[in-house]
Amino acid sequence: MSQHANSQNWTPVCKLSDIAPNTGVCALVRGAQVAIFRQAGSDALFAIGNFDPVGKANVLSRGLLAQLGDKITVASPLYKQHYCLRSGDCLENAELCVPVYPVRLNADAVEVAA
Amino acid sequence: MSTQKIIVVGNGMVGHQFIDSLLASDSASRFEITTFSEEPRVAYDRMHLTDFFKTRSAEPLAMTTLEKYQSQGVTVHLGDKVSAIDCAAKTVTSAQGLTLGYDKLVLATGSFPFVPPIEGNERANCFVYRTIEDLEAITAAAENGAKVGAVVGGGLLGLEAAKAIKDLGLEAHVVEFAPRLMAVQVDEGGGRLLKDKIAALGVGVHLNKATSRIVAGATCQHRMEFADGEALETDLVIFSAGIRPQDELARSSGLAVGERGGIQINNECQTSDKDIYAIGECALWSGRIFGLVAPGYAMAKVAASHIAGGEQCLTFDGADMSTKLKLMGVDVASIGDAQGVTPGARVYTYFNQPDEVYKKLVVSADNSLLLGAVLVGDAADYGTLLQYMLNQIPLPEFPEGLILPNRGDDAQTGLGVAALPDSAQICSCHDVSKGGIRAAIVAGGCCSVGDVKGHTKAGTGCGGCVPLLTNLVNHELEQLGVEVSKDICEHFPHTRQELYHLIRVGQIKSFAEMLDKHGKGHGCEICKPAIGSILASCWNDYVLKDEHIGLQDTNDIYLGNMQKDGTYSVVPRVAGGEITPDKLIVLGQVAKEFNLYTKITGGQRVDLFGAQLHQLPLIWKQLVDAGFETGHAYGKSVRTVKSCVGSTWCRFGVDDSVGLAIEIENRYKGLRSPHKLKFAVSGCTRECAEAQSKDVGIIATENGWNLYVCGNGGMKPRHADLFATDLDKETLVKYIDRLLMFYVRTADRLQRTSVWMDNLEGGLKYLKQVIIDDSLGLAAELEAEMALNIANYQCEWATTLNDPQKLKRFRHFINTDATDDNLVFVEEREQIRPAFDDEKAQLIAKAS
Repeated sequence: MSQHANSQNWTPVCKLSDIAPNTGVCALVRGAQVAIFRQAGSDALFAIGNFDPVGKANVLSRGLLAQLGDKITVASPLYKQHYCLRSGDCLENAELCVPVYPVRLNADAVEVAA
Repeated sequence: MSTQKIIVVGNGMVGHQFIDSLLASDSASRFEITTFSEEPRVAYDRMHLTDFFKTRSAEPLAMTTLEKYQSQGVTVHLGDKVSAIDCAAKTVTSAQGLTLGYDKLVLATGSFPFVPPIEGNERANCFVYRTIEDLEAITAAAENGAKVGAVVGGGLLGLEAAKAIKDLGLEAHVVEFAPRLMAVQVDEGGGRLLKDKIAALGVGVHLNKATSRIVAGATCQHRMEFADGEALETDLVIFSAGIRPQDELARSSGLAVGERGGIQINNECQTSDKDIYAIGECALWSGRIFGLVAPGYAMAKVAASHIAGGEQCLTFDGADMSTKLKLMGVDVASIGDAQGVTPGARVYTYFNQPDEVYKKLVVSADNSLLLGAVLVGDAADYGTLLQYMLNQIPLPEFPEGLILPNRGDDAQTGLGVAALPDSAQICSCHDVSKGGIRAAIVAGGCCSVGDVKGHTKAGTGCGGCVPLLTNLVNHELEQLGVEVSKDICEHFPHTRQELYHLIRVGQIKSFAEMLDKHGKGHGCEICKPAIGSILASCWNDYVLKDEHIGLQDTNDIYLGNMQKDGTYSVVPRVAGGEITPDKLIVLGQVAKEFNLYTKITGGQRVDLFGAQLHQLPLIWKQLVDAGFETGHAYGKSVRTVKSCVGSTWCRFGVDDSVGLAIEIENRYKGLRSPHKLKFAVSGCTRECAEAQSKDVGIIATENGWNLYVCGNGGMKPRHADLFATDLDKETLVKYIDRLLMFYVRTADRLQRTSVWMDNLEGGLKYLKQVIIDDSLGLAAELEAEMALNIANYQCEWATTLNDPQKLKRFRHFINTDATDDNLVFVEEREQIRPAFDDEKAQLIAKAS
């Protein structure tokens, strides 16, 4: 996917208030399942692929947000591996990673480029 | 090898230990063990005999049961004693006329209380203090109008007996021949302080008193007349003037006995007949009788190893008689040469009258070694001093520092665990050395005190060594480069217990507030659920409230149990396992409508698998409408109260176990806790509900309910411990309230009740003190906290169904009603199951 998202492929998926602070939701964006997280306090948004490569299920949006050192991660709800929300890397297994998507808040709309 | 017949005469603590040791040996299968008990019951904990007065039940003291012995292949003859040994024919004959042959005979006949030859000692209401039957007789006398009780003998057991008299509501007196109490263990200074403390508790202490006769009294039943002309009126008398070895059988059978009694044994615990062993208080080793249980246990292990004949035969080389105990709330400890009788010995004394503390060190002539010590009023130094004495560790330059109070930040005077040699015994109950503990950490991979306890049993007996053990384990881990931090995670420099207190005391109501006041960063999957759980335990808010939802783990966050494919299982509450046919039909209809896989759980409920996120509210709507509530199967919380059908239907039932189970389950349902909690109630001792494998187990008896605590099944099964007996329902519920809240308050995250209790210093005994005796004064607080929790109960699913905003989260995609195309099921045994990877690949390929 493109890291150079331009204005025409931003897809609005929900309102910010649809994502409770410190939780995630899953959106279907151009056929891809995208997990979108909202950090409490800062309201920072993150988007990664929803598919858990270890558990082989579409569940990452349902994981717990976890800060480990300077990394913001999500812990898989199935087997608790951590995926960095900025890089998509799996902290426990260097060979695994999940896709990362650009995400932004446009007025009250959460938009993802995929 | 052929079978060997082993007969054990006497089934006291030591006889029982011998059987246990022999059964634990590699060659256990080769032995056919028979034991005789003169008493009408199998071995019980005589050391805690006084506890009998608390429960009025022999059961908590039991060290084993007849059934257990039977299952181990041990034949037990209760209420029968061996009356003769034919050493030549190698047979024994019992009082009831049984004659049995043996290959090895073990005498564990113990001792009998010495009753001084005083005129009148046979009068009614004159007792000794040795068996449960003695205690029953004393209780009966107290209940029949006795007002005053006197104990003859101011030793350890005499003071216990005095406490018992006092606890029975009688005026208590101790009459001692010597000029001080506990004359063997403490010195003059310590004895004086001890006397003052005991007297301050309202016990009359009469020293230097030789009782010359007991006659009819004027105001009481008896009048004890002393040699100095004084007298004491009392209704009952307990003789506790020392013990004598029970060596009659050995004597009459021609075995060698000591001049002043005791069956002579060698270092292998063999008597003058090589096939006959003697162990415990009946045995005389090197001219000494050992009246404590630890040396008895040591002898039992020696005899067992010798008979089992393995490679490593133990020998008995004497025993240290140091003791530490709490008498009527007064700490007393005695180490080694407490009286300072070693030639040249020198003494350091510290006496603090205002604080009522007395400490004395006895050191060698050159000041280099500790020979003995006496501690009264504060025995915290016992462990350290004992290690100095036992391991001949050189004393510091100024030995007095060991007993002087540590004011300010003076250099630590306590003995560092690093200084202990590997041979140092850390746990005397289970004879675990420092080397054994190091091995458990280095080779056994143990990473915590809990691990080490499980691995070596150290610290699981009396619990006295736990502080030392903890220091040692932490030290060894640090040596290995393992950082021992008690912080829960990088965001909160606190233990779970500290977090609990911060939340409770600071009235903190959200994670954000907690982070702001006591943490840093954003939190992680360790601290978030832990704090979420504590908040729920304290305030019992709706867990999906906006400020709490981000703290909930995999299952709680969608109020369901996530399965391997990301679908959920649904478990409605079926309190006590009782369910109407109509409700069963509803479960069936719902399962059928949503095509859910259906299975019965171990907790007597029905589990419905394969529900997708968007189906959860639809399923629960139907269930709630039919009168079901959430079962909290997803939470670290009170799960189920399993029950047998009980007296309502069962021919053997003693009480209504189902009724109680339902009541208990409805009382505690939804209580969030450090780990899941499972309960059970059995209607009789047949125990069909398996209550003894639960965190809280309740068993009906003829006289009420017996409460068992801290058991579990699962990965590391553990039997629950008997906590209290014959309770009425009100008391039962009170104890459970307190126990649960105390656990919630003090356990580590994800720590089950069993591990929690094992890690409490003092273990079960301590827990009983806190819950039953209210030793910490917490009972009312704990009950109030539980009441708040119960008052705030809500069915989380009913709440969720009424909140359209919350329901939005229950769909796979936030922006479409499409469902997850990765979920594929196949049929097996007429129900669905998740497709395997290869099946899924085929099915998805076919579909597209």
